[in-house]
Amino acid sequence: MRKLLARRALFGVFTLWVVSVVVFLATQALPGDAARAILGREATPERLAALRDQLQLGESLPSQYFHWLGNVLTFDLGNSLASRQPVLDLMGPALLNSSVLMFLAAVIAVPISIAIGTWSALKRDSVLDQSVSVLTLVLAALPEFVIGILLVLVFSTGFLHLLPAVVVIPPGDRVWNHPDQLVLPTLSLVLAVAPYIIRMMRATMLEVLDSDYVLQARLKGLPERTVILRHAIPNAIGPVAQVIALQLAWLIGGVVLVEFLFRYPGIGFQLTDAVSNRDLPLVQALVLAIALFYVIVNLLADVITLAANPRVRTAA
Amino acid sequence: MSDAAAPATTSNPASTPAPALVVDDLKIIGIPSRAAIIEAIMLEVRPGEILGVVGESGSGKTTLGLALLNYCKQATQVDGGHIFVGDQELAGLSWRAVRRLRGQAVTYIPQSPASAINPALRIRTQLKECLSGTERTVMHRVRELLREVALPDDDDFLARYPHQLSGGQQQRIAIAMAFAARPALIVLDEPTTGLDVSTQAHVLETIREMCKTYSCAAVYISHDMAVVAELADRIAVMYSGRIVEMGDTAEVLAASQHPYTARLLLAVPDLEANRPMVGIPGHAPSPMARPTGCSFSPRCPLADDHCRSAVPPETETTPGHTVRCFKAGQQLPPVVTPPPLESWDSAKEPVLVIHGLQAGYGGAAVLENIDLSVQAGECVALLGESGSGKTTLARCIAGLHSGFTGELTLVGEPLARSSFKRTQEQRRRIQYIFQNPYESLNPRRTVRELILQVVHAVRGKVANSEAVVQEALAHASLRPDHADRYPDQLSGGERQRVAIARALATEPDVLICDEITSALDVSVQSSLVELLRGLQAEMGLTLVFITHNIALVRNIAQQVAVLEAGRIVEHGTVEQVFADPQHPYTVSLMESTPNFQLPDGLYTPTPPSEDPTG
Amino acid sequence: MSTTRPETVQDDNKPAKQPTLLRRALRTTTTKVGMVLTLIVLITAFAGPLLSPHSPTEFVGAPYASAGTSGVFGTDNLGRDVFSRFLHGGWTLMMLAIAATAIGVGLGALVGVVAAYVRGWVDEMLMRGGDVALAFPQIVLALLFLSIIGPKLWLLVLMVAVGHLPRTARVVRGAAVSVVERDFVKAAEAVGIARWRIVLGEIVPNITGTLAVEFGLRLTYSIGLVAGLSFLGLGQQPPAADWGLMINENRIALTVQPWAVALPVLAIAILTVGTNLVTDGLARASVGSDKGVEQ
Repeated sequence: MRKLLARRALFGVFTLWVVSVVVFLATQALPGDAARAILGREATPERLAALRDQLQLGESLPSQYFHWLGNVLTFDLGNSLASRQPVLDLMGPALLNSSVLMFLAAVIAVPISIAIGTWSALKRDSVLDQSVSVLTLVLAALPEFVIGILLVLVFSTGFLHLLPAVVVIPPGDRVWNHPDQLVLPTLSLVLAVAPYIIRMMRATMLEVLDSDYVLQARLKGLPERTVILRHAIPNAIGPVAQVIALQLAWLIGGVVLVEFLFRYPGIGFQLTDAVSNRDLPLVQALVLAIALFYVIVNLLADVITLAANPRVRTAA
Repeated sequence: MSDAAAPATTSNPASTPAPALVVDDLKIIGIPSRAAIIEAIMLEVRPGEILGVVGESGSGKTTLGLALLNYCKQATQVDGGHIFVGDQELAGLSWRAVRRLRGQAVTYIPQSPASAINPALRIRTQLKECLSGTERTVMHRVRELLREVALPDDDDFLARYPHQLSGGQQQRIAIAMAFAARPALIVLDEPTTGLDVSTQAHVLETIREMCKTYSCAAVYISHDMAVVAELADRIAVMYSGRIVEMGDTAEVLAASQHPYTARLLLAVPDLEANRPMVGIPGHAPSPMARPTGCSFSPRCPLADDHCRSAVPPETETTPGHTVRCFKAGQQLPPVVTPPPLESWDSAKEPVLVIHGLQAGYGGAAVLENIDLSVQAGECVALLGESGSGKTTLARCIAGLHSGFTGELTLVGEPLARSSFKRTQEQRRRIQYIFQNPYESLNPRRTVRELILQVVHAVRGKVANSEAVVQEALAHASLRPDHADRYPDQLSGGERQRVAIARALATEPDVLICDEITSALDVSVQSSLVELLRGLQAEMGLTLVFITHNIALVRNIAQQVAVLEAGRIVEHGTVEQVFADPQHPYTVSLMESTPNFQLPDGLYTPTPPSEDPTG
Repeated sequence: MSTTRPETVQDDNKPAKQPTLLRRALRTTTTKVGMVLTLIVLITAFAGPLLSPHSPTEFVGAPYASAGTSGVFGTDNLGRDVFSRFLHGGWTLMMLAIAATAIGVGLGALVGVVAAYVRGWVDEMLMRGGDVALAFPQIVLALLFLSIIGPKLWLLVLMVAVGHLPRTARVVRGAAVSVVERDFVKAAEAVGIARWRIVLGEIVPNITGTLAVEFGLRLTYSIGLVAGLSFLGLGQQPPAADWGLMINENRIALTVQPWAVALPVLAIAILTVGTNLVTDGLARASVGSDKGVEQ
């Protein structure tokens, strides 16, 4: 098991390396003058020269890459082109804010989804199960920003003026001091993520409940509670962990549009901002951070899946 | 190991105790069709008695077995009748009472222990939850049980997960769980399916002893007449949802009253080849499309209009022996037997020669030093249990497994390892028929397209394609209109005939049959063997017949090669090997296989007929 | 036993040939509803430009005039007719989404089937490569390239398609592997049928259900992604009429003039729900067509 995990971790590192190459190639190695592409037509010769120097554009491509990678690995991510501040200082608070948002969404969505999915599977084909099925199907179809706008239309306009439509947080203040502003962004993400987990949990539970070993447990005369808690759920955890990981990894992409919609000061909003300002050092850093998050979440899911499988656990 | 008749004569003592199980007029229907899956079931089983329920797929035997535990599968429900276990009636029990009943009074041993034991829980947990009491008494009983089923009882073993046990050990755990609470009744649903014969023999022995020790009534459900005949005190034969015949084992075997029973007995391959194995034409109807009147009438040689319109009632022919047939006890017309197997002249030119073949998957060696030669018009059986490498060998010959070294020659020409590298002519000469006809036919093609696809691939364009198709169908005893069907519209036996027709359409020299009957019912299996024997006699076909069933070998092959762990341990003519097996492995295989012998009088040899297809 | 009519008893057992996938799917109510929803939006999007009362770029009144005062649904941030812009703003979105889905699912299916059939190191490479590609959330991948090369529509289609590719490849490979392992593929190999014919004639016909479902699913996502990127300002550029762009331009005045946002949002919502319901119907219809009798 340790060997397997080490292999997965190694693959994660490899993934990050490939991501770094893609990000580097996309931002710095495009044909033409990268500095001019970044700064635009109206750039002064001095600024162009300064940027060329910063990016080491005079050198060969591999040497540029290794120079850049060396900087990244030592957390020297350069200065933002727009605000001239170090990228790391800009990213810090945004990362924290996004983490708060994603953490809230995950903590609310995962347990509720698992509960609803299990319940729906146990009440298979009832009116309740069918309603859950249709509702999750509808929600799963809606893009996250559409969910967000619909929520805004319902809760922030017209007859219900319950919640703010955009997030306005004074500089230096923390998001969690404004819980009312967190409600709609969190709810958008929860509604976007939950249907997949519910559907997967339901499907996995149905499969497990149909298995011979659950039939056998019932024919042994065990109480239904024991059948479900001891015999069914442990076998459903592995596959569901994978889906939850996929959804959490999806969250980091999902926050982009939701943060943009609500003007929530996280990395998603920062990324859209950096993109429209052509602030390449910031874009590079943000994409790398997102990939890092993805790799970590997947590694965690692998740990859970492997730990839930006695075949792997016992193969010491 | 032929003590088949022993238990039947010693059971049924004069002072019979109260029955452990009584089933009275039970009917279970499907939802929403309301078609009867089983009906008019009447049974009694006494403590210590084993009732064997024999039936082919679709007969409703599993539905009956589960009903005894007050369990109905999805989309089925009880629609009348009563089940008593001891003095307790199952219908109307509270949920709580059902639970107590299941763990204690009635237990269940499922078909496949590998899927019925929870893979996520340790053996200890799963054994302990069958029992109640203090930790000390429970663990004491768990260890005692393990010893009784001949498994280790140490903590190390108890801490194992199911995947750390062999198939036979898993089945023993299932048996231990079933006997844990000393039940009054135990239901066994084909508990030896998928086990090798030697393991099967041990498991059956354990079951017999446990039933005796606990004087527990048992219902043993199986499709395998040979196993049931060896194990059961009484036999109930199920067909199409009804018990068509029931009585003491010896009596059912010696004096079967129902035509289905009689034909089913003849369909069982005979290890000693004293009688031919004969199939029953057609196949059992599905619960959705059962014929009116007697369900067996469409396949019955005695059926008349009365049989086709009215359901025969249950009648008692002798005390304790009941039958549902208007023609009960009437003499069946003699069966047409295929021509006897001829011995072949070993001096003839071999078609296929294998020399020094070694094969493996990845790094693991599967076959070592295989030498074999197959003469024209001869049938060579490759006999081996699962994991012996017999299928790998067949695939090497067919060019489907190229990871091997050694020589392979077909009529003197060396064969390339991969089928893609062989000439079109070589590919035509060797045809392969797969084990599972549900897998080997592309469901998106009609039978005609399936046959022509192969013909075009190995013979190029043929002028009279329709004639080729029809001829192939006729060879495989299929009707002309089968050509327009899709595989989904055919039964398992028909599908396998299509696979045979497809191979024959290429006019092959060598036909490789890889366990081609193992996915099918006994009656269908026998029909296929009859077909192949007929074809061999008629067309001079050369066969390589791969099987795990030693009794089948006796009935089809002239030569046999016994494979054990990737080596041929014994090789010779069938007469030689069966009369005087040399290798201990062959001896043990022959001893473990139930030797199913019918009492004299049931089968009287008839002179061979002109008609080879039967 | 008579041998003249060996198996004539089985006609009762002959089930009818299965109708097509879509036909089977359309038996359920939810699929029918989904079909109707999809068609409503499709017709609006494609017939819309013919029916619109004004040009999408024509100024018809004051900015953010409310519904009824100027046009049926009022005017937008620049005083253009919301209804006309709505009617014009759907078809590009559809075309982009359909094109991206077709390219992404087509190439993904190709990669998936090849990986499943060839196996070995090619399979390993393709699938590991796909795993790496998954580390880019689809929207982030599109953002990265669109920000550097510029908001070009062909690039948008390409990036959405590239995002679908590894995801589709993974699903199709899964389905194809179980077909490749079935014996009829081996049977075709044994008689030496060319490999590309085996892929097209034996494997692909048996995964049509998966392909249809995958196409529907990816189309639903494509619509959301293309609309989302337009919403971020990386799709069609002003003054073009586009649903995503309309939401972006008018969301500041959501409380004053909700229609300019609500119309495109509802259209996208109805369309994605519709396609997803149809996809679900296809998925249900494509499972379990070939099962035994005993159970």
